[in-house]
Amino acid sequence: MKKTIFGAAVAAVMAAAPALADLTIVDTSYRTGPYAANGIPFSDGYQDYFTLLNQRDGGIGGEMINLVECETGYNTEKGVECYEATKGEGALVYQPLSTGITYQLIPKATADGIPLHTMGYGRTSAKNGKVFEWVFNYPANYWDGASHAVTHILDQNDGDISGKTIALVYHNSAYGKEPIRTLEGLAEKHGFDLTLLPVDHPGQEQKSQWLQIRREKPDNVIMWGWGVMNQVAIQEAVNIRYPMENFIGVWWSGSENDVKAAGDRADGYKALTFHNIGSDYPLYADIQTHVVETGNAAGAGDQIGSVLYNRGMYAAMLAAEAIKTAQEIHGTAAINAAQMRDGMENLEITEEKMAALGLPNFGPEFKVSCENHGGNGFGAVSQWDAEAGEFTLITEYFQSDQEVLAPLVAEDSQAFAEENDIEMRCN
Amino acid sequence: MFYREAGDFKTSYVEDGQTFPIKFDRFRYYAVLIAAFAVVPFFVNDYWVNAVFLPFLIYSIAAIGLNILVGYCGQVSLGTGGFMAVGAYACYKLMTAFPDVNILFHVILSGGVTAAVCVLFGLPSLRIKGFYLAVATLAAQFFLVWLFNRVGWFYNYSASGQINAPERTVFGVPVTGAETAPWAAYLFCLVFTVVCAILARNLTRGMAGRKWMAIRDMDIAAEIIGVNPLRAKLTAFMISGFFVGIAGALFFAVYLGAVEVGEVFGINKSFLVLFMVIIGGLGSIFGSFAGAAFLVLLPVLLKNVLVGTLGWPTDLAAHLEFVIVGGLIVIFLIAEPHGLAQLWRVAKEKLRLWPFPH
Repeated sequence: MKKTIFGAAVAAVMAAAPALADLTIVDTSYRTGPYAANGIPFSDGYQDYFTLLNQRDGGIGGEMINLVECETGYNTEKGVECYEATKGEGALVYQPLSTGITYQLIPKATADGIPLHTMGYGRTSAKNGKVFEWVFNYPANYWDGASHAVTHILDQNDGDISGKTIALVYHNSAYGKEPIRTLEGLAEKHGFDLTLLPVDHPGQEQKSQWLQIRREKPDNVIMWGWGVMNQVAIQEAVNIRYPMENFIGVWWSGSENDVKAAGDRADGYKALTFHNIGSDYPLYADIQTHVVETGNAAGAGDQIGSVLYNRGMYAAMLAAEAIKTAQEIHGTAAINAAQMRDGMENLEITEEKMAALGLPNFGPEFKVSCENHGGNGFGAVSQWDAEAGEFTLITEYFQSDQEVLAPLVAEDSQAFAEENDIEMRCN
Repeated sequence: MFYREAGDFKTSYVEDGQTFPIKFDRFRYYAVLIAAFAVVPFFVNDYWVNAVFLPFLIYSIAAIGLNILVGYCGQVSLGTGGFMAVGAYACYKLMTAFPDVNILFHVILSGGVTAAVCVLFGLPSLRIKGFYLAVATLAAQFFLVWLFNRVGWFYNYSASGQINAPERTVFGVPVTGAETAPWAAYLFCLVFTVVCAILARNLTRGMAGRKWMAIRDMDIAAEIIGVNPLRAKLTAFMISGFFVGIAGALFFAVYLGAVEVGEVFGINKSFLVLFMVIIGGLGSIFGSFAGAAFLVLLPVLLKNVLVGTLGWPTDLAAHLEFVIVGGLIVIFLIAEPHGLAQLWRVAKEKLRLWPFPH
């Protein structure tokens, strides 16, 4: 009885699904749960950029964008449900914004032939396009991030950090464990000691980890956190009076809502980033006129210009540029997922392109190729200014230590290829 | 009218002792089985299998397992998530260590491993009861999750700490991995669910089940009439662990394919399965299915109706979903504390007399 009602309801839903002619973009967002504080701005930025293209330019190449949102709650089961529910609508690319969901989707999306773009998260070795045909993680990945943090610490210490201690406070999940391998490699190269401090999901309880930091006084703390874990960690660091300028978060631990709760004493906290910060770009004027003022802003519309909003918008921009590239290659406006993949693989982001889009100097230049799905690994360090209430870039974009990373990527992707009997491409 | 016993004479013990003594009930059961095995596989797609059928079937097995422990034997357990993790990791280790052995045996063996672990954690039940036992099993939950996160051997030292199910086939048809056809995954889980349900049903009707129920109703009285509490309690933990382990193995290998222990088998999972058992009805196999259906299908249905049909914002729908499901749970427990199974029983009583109640 219950099943028949259910069946009828779902059948009705499926019948009501929109036509497949548009360019379908799925936004697997999370606006609920312990990670919502970070999920909302990213999703708003991602959606607003596509809304802008629809409102201002009438879509991309004359094809309107059909934006489908699906709530995952950062939960893998719901993520799978979202993927299965939306893939039939002709989704061009998935941006799950969750390393756990990414791991689920890599085999599924590869089998279904739908590209995944895991920008700055997900499986790092997906950078190797020879093995991961359908997965892209440009412009930077976790291992780049780990290297950026260490390079920055090196710069602060005149290039010598042997004998120093660096503690890694990380989310005890696939996401948080990703940088460990690289940091171990870097520790060997530069001679520092690495202390690992895992924090369990969702990360509200970190007293013992910070007690240990207080006792052992590591010279630097690197954090791999997300959601409520970030706020708690920064608050705890403030509580034990840890010098904030020695505390560096990955790009997922560096948004305004992570530091604001800790008040003035969070001043000086550093976070990595692979794109620029603030809303001082011509594109934001367009967003204001075409999206906000027409009442089409996603969510509450109060996130515009925040770090994660910018990142979501940046992800959408990269997706839109890949669509344009795909349209050029295949000479058709209504591309499908396989053509989208070609567009992503031939994507090239240059300064002129970004300036033309109204985002001058917004991110690093990079070029995707068949072998390299991960860009060049450029990133920068930003610092929190509590008084002004904003992050500012304190370094130029610099490249990660490819000498250490390249063999690790090759090794990990090789293992995956052997496990799954994947033949190398791009020969 | 439908559930008439009048005229339905039994002439042998076998007939008298069958699972569904009422003819209509029996034929309905056969009809469900035929539909599930011979009709549904031809009509399912990826969405139906991955969002509806697999979670329903797998949670049903877990709920049956927990129901044996909580509903039949009266031993409260909050360790279901941890025990499912044992099944999942056992399955993963077996799959990677013995790639040539059929996945079918791996899943059954994972159940066996979980049964052993479950007995180990069931030992305190001989000394402590009720809420105190619940706390002891809660310790199992946290310990097991911590163990699988901490010790690299369990996840074969993979960099991410995740376990990924490699492709395995049954009769040449892949049932795990990305290339699995929806019908294959569905049938694989369905076979396990049906066998587990039949097994559980017959166990609970036999001597073992009667001993468990005696322990549940009053353990001292049970001991006096000759039930060995040690054996009764530990067999309940063992059988329960076996089913929960199978559910965990299927959850990992067939349904998700990649698992991160803290997120998938956390304390939430323990509560979810416990809620299924309570809402479905303690001490009822049908109740396990009803509870699993209620808690798996209702959120998906609500989401599809609110977001898909009505076009509401996803965050509003997600929050409302919590409110509606939570509210329904409270209403159900007030209106019918014995769960959905009791509603079904009452309906059957009514149907027996309908349409001439006097």
